[in-house]
Amino acid sequence: MSTPAAVTGPAAAGTDRIGLLLAGSPARRRAGALAASATFGRRAMLKIKHDPKQLVDSVAIPILITVLFTYLFGGAISGSPGEYLEVLLPGTLSMSIAIVTMYGGARLAKDVTTGAFDRFRSLPTWRGALVFGGLLSDAARYLFASAIVVVLGLVMGYRPDGGAGGVLAAVALVVAFGLSLSLLWAAVALLVPDPAVVISIANVVLMPLSFASNIFVQPSTMPGWLQAFVEVNPLSHVATAARGLMNDAGGTGASVVWALVATAAITAVCAPLALHLYSRRG
Amino acid sequence: MSKSSTAGDQPAIEAHGLVKVFGQNRALDGIDLTVRRGQVFGFLGPNGAGKTTTIRVLATLTRFDSGVARVLGHDVISERDAIRARVAVTGQFAALDEDLTGYENLIILGRLHGLSRAAGKQRADDLLAAFDLTHAGGRPVGGYSGGMRRRLDIAAGLIVTPDLLFLDEPTTGLDPRSRNQVWELVRRIAAAGTTVLLTTQYLEEADQLAEQIAVIDQGRIVAEGTSAQLKSRVGSGTLHVRLLDGEQRAQAQQVLAGALEGTVHPAADPLALSMLLATPADATDVGRLVGHALTRLAEAQVGIAEVALGQPSLDEAFLALTGHPAGPATTDQEDVNR
Repeated sequence: MSTPAAVTGPAAAGTDRIGLLLAGSPARRRAGALAASATFGRRAMLKIKHDPKQLVDSVAIPILITVLFTYLFGGAISGSPGEYLEVLLPGTLSMSIAIVTMYGGARLAKDVTTGAFDRFRSLPTWRGALVFGGLLSDAARYLFASAIVVVLGLVMGYRPDGGAGGVLAAVALVVAFGLSLSLLWAAVALLVPDPAVVISIANVVLMPLSFASNIFVQPSTMPGWLQAFVEVNPLSHVATAARGLMNDAGGTGASVVWALVATAAITAVCAPLALHLYSRRG
Repeated sequence: MSKSSTAGDQPAIEAHGLVKVFGQNRALDGIDLTVRRGQVFGFLGPNGAGKTTTIRVLATLTRFDSGVARVLGHDVISERDAIRARVAVTGQFAALDEDLTGYENLIILGRLHGLSRAAGKQRADDLLAAFDLTHAGGRPVGGYSGGMRRRLDIAAGLIVTPDLLFLDEPTTGLDPRSRNQVWELVRRIAAAGTTVLLTTQYLEEADQLAEQIAVIDQGRIVAEGTSAQLKSRVGSGTLHVRLLDGEQRAQAQQVLAGALEGTVHPAADPLALSMLLATPADATDVGRLVGHALTRLAEAQVGIAEVALGQPSLDEAFLALTGHPAGPATTDQEDVNR
């Protein structure tokens, strides 16, 4: 039963080339941090290409949130759709992007548990490349989701006074904030490498951020303690800043600053934390 | 390709007293290991014996609790990146991206090895061709057969020729034809000068490929030597006899025990007997011994349906080397305790 059968067929011919192949090896070089990150970004994009289902969340959630909440809360605000979209659309943009950030964390959690992760780790590349490369594909995903929200708004009758420049500035701000959240979920994913757990934790954080905010309801109608939370909720500031930029309303400079400070603060904590947790895993 | 900057005379792997504890379980319980450069070294043991953990430690993927290990002259803890630049890991745990194509897998890994776009493409094409995978290069790996996947896995380890290649159970689960293809690949890689450390559960595989074999059991190395040295301790092979009539088994057992040195084991099959043969001084004697035994059985009027002479199984080798069967490893703790 243990007769070593002769190796026949194309494989036998192929193996003749192995020696040549090994002798003709390309030179070893350490991939730069940027090149390695870009490669992981490309890998994530290729995965989307092969399995476009991965994008369903990033498409469906912005549509649901924008359409549903616009008509749900629109009636409570006086005026035409064009008028209440001025208040709501920058909010649903901020909320949509915040919610879809969690899928990046889930993807990293899944990556970390596969054997592919071990192979990546066995290469002498910069440790942050997998995490930061993931951010590149996340950024593309957030831009895509933002485009959906903006186009839907235009279809429903929103005419931003801030023009294309204002809208782009708002989208840039919202995506930047989303990327800081991505780093938070990356840290969570490296701590608990289980996609379901990452999604649960992200939901617990994102629900109050989304609803205990000024996105749908004027804080003046809320009890004092809730108003206090809304005041410090970074998503409130992001939504206010986006409103100001898209509608070209004055007096939102402070919110833009606060949104940027929140983005910088989350990044400053979570980026080194994610790197540390990644290194700890190997 | 082994014009490495560090001294070439050092062993490829030198480890002393490696201990790794997962909770209650001592996965590695004092492993000492020396692998010469250019050698194919076989690490033989059952599931959960500590083979994968040893590779993970030596490939800088798992930290250990005590001991020292140097790989290609570099310390496993303080010179991790220097080791990572010169070794490749393939097998059980170092897997591929299932949803990407074979070609894309190689391209991505090529870029991570620092190859330019053009060099990466060229290398991917060359590797696919040499591993007979050109036709499958454009398909997602998830749809590959076991043999194709294993070949791509090994190809992925050769994007930049490593000085040391870890192969973790390279043929587990493969059909005989694919297994032979992988064996041939391993021989070619070794012939080209790369040191290979391979783990296996199959005595035959270690025998076929490895110049030096260490037998590992419960986190300890219980025997080490060349294939011939181990065989002289284990025995040259196993004689399997299947009778026509189960009633005659006790009689056959007696006859065999008298004719040959060794213990006769009744097999699970009520018609079968197996016997581990002691190694005779020269290999041609095996035929004479077996012939003698069969003659004795025929003289005793024992009807025989089948006779086979095989290599000792891992179980038999373990029994001979350790005095206890390889046995069901508690669980596959190496996987559980990642």
